[in-house]
Amino acid sequence: MSHTSNLIACHDCDLLQRDITPPPGGTVVCPRCGAIHYRYHPYNRERALALAVAAAILFLIANLFPIVGIESQGNRNSTTLLGAVHTLWHDGMPLVAGLVLVTTVLAPAFELALVIGLLVTPRPAPLPLRLVLMMQPWRMVEVFMLGLLVSVVKLSHLASIEPGAALWAFAALLPLFALLTATFNPRDLWTSMATQ
Amino acid sequence: MTYRSAASLGLYTCHTCALVARPPDSGSHALCPRCGAPLHARKPDSLGRTWALMIAAYILLIPANVLPIMETGSMFGSQRDTILSGVIYLWESGSWPLALLVLFASIVVPVAKLLALNYLVWTVQRGHPHRARERTRLYRLLKFVGRWSMLDIYVVTLLAALVQLQGLASIQAAPGAIAFGAVVVLTMFASMTFDSRMIWDATKENHD
Repeated sequence: MSHTSNLIACHDCDLLQRDITPPPGGTVVCPRCGAIHYRYHPYNRERALALAVAAAILFLIANLFPIVGIESQGNRNSTTLLGAVHTLWHDGMPLVAGLVLVTTVLAPAFELALVIGLLVTPRPAPLPLRLVLMMQPWRMVEVFMLGLLVSVVKLSHLASIEPGAALWAFAALLPLFALLTATFNPRDLWTSMATQ
Repeated sequence: MTYRSAASLGLYTCHTCALVARPPDSGSHALCPRCGAPLHARKPDSLGRTWALMIAAYILLIPANVLPIMETGSMFGSQRDTILSGVIYLWESGSWPLALLVLFASIVVPVAKLLALNYLVWTVQRGHPHRARERTRLYRLLKFVGRWSMLDIYVVTLLAALVQLQGLASIQAAPGAIAFGAVVVLTMFASMTFDSRMIWDATKENHD
């Protein structure tokens, strides 16, 4: 099987075009449909690694500590993310619990581990990168953060709220994941992989 | 300037790593020589799969909106909340920005996303050649926006875990949440199985 290495096709419209490297800070956009192909920065790899390590530390805090606690007339209760999944599971909602577990714990954890692994190995393999791209749409930490905000507002009418350490970790993860998605560049890794 | 798609020149583009490769002469099960993902000109059976997922999502939209997603038990009896009654509760308690947010994420986005995807599938099936750029942009938008519908699932999860106050109040997730979660997952899969490159196959640009 042969391939044409200096040509790429747009993932959104299949337009055949020359694979060009833009000046630092530049972006390659499909001339026909406007899809963003590539954002180039000379330190993309180092930046992505720094962001992924920072996100991994915050992600640990976000999962190990209580997110939020409530207090009402002497009654106290607080929960971690895994605790919430556990409650849902035992309330006869295993499907919904599984969905929450995958989108807020498993997908981001695997993504961070694989991204860090890909960025530190000198000759990365294609399979982990394929898994990262497959998992990315299912990582919904930023949506969870918004859900957390709505929950706190709803609860504030019922009880007094005590924010936990994980709440601040989630808030900080929001921009970190957004920056990581913009910085982590599959194209650099693909081109470094030899074709058989 | 003439535009040519890779497929119109008999080349396959890898969905995963964007490598442009010549397909092998024999057999239909080609793998990308660089990343190992299955290689084909267009996603296999894209329209059929997208239709199937969309129809399932349309059907589940009904229980997702009619059945309660959450049940609150308290000293004053029990109360069942649907997605819409949750929005109304937020609105009446004065948090109208959040009421609008939940209304948008839980009701407007899933329905609009399904209708938009349906429109795209329809125009591709009829070989509609116009406004390809706008339709591609619509596809990118609906792929981006779909995940935000998960919002209400997270709200129910957190409320059910926290509100377990002995004798005062307790909250449990209710069956509507299953249907609603299924709608979000099905519409995400539906937008993934749709191949936006088919929008451009009907335009004249590829065949001059």
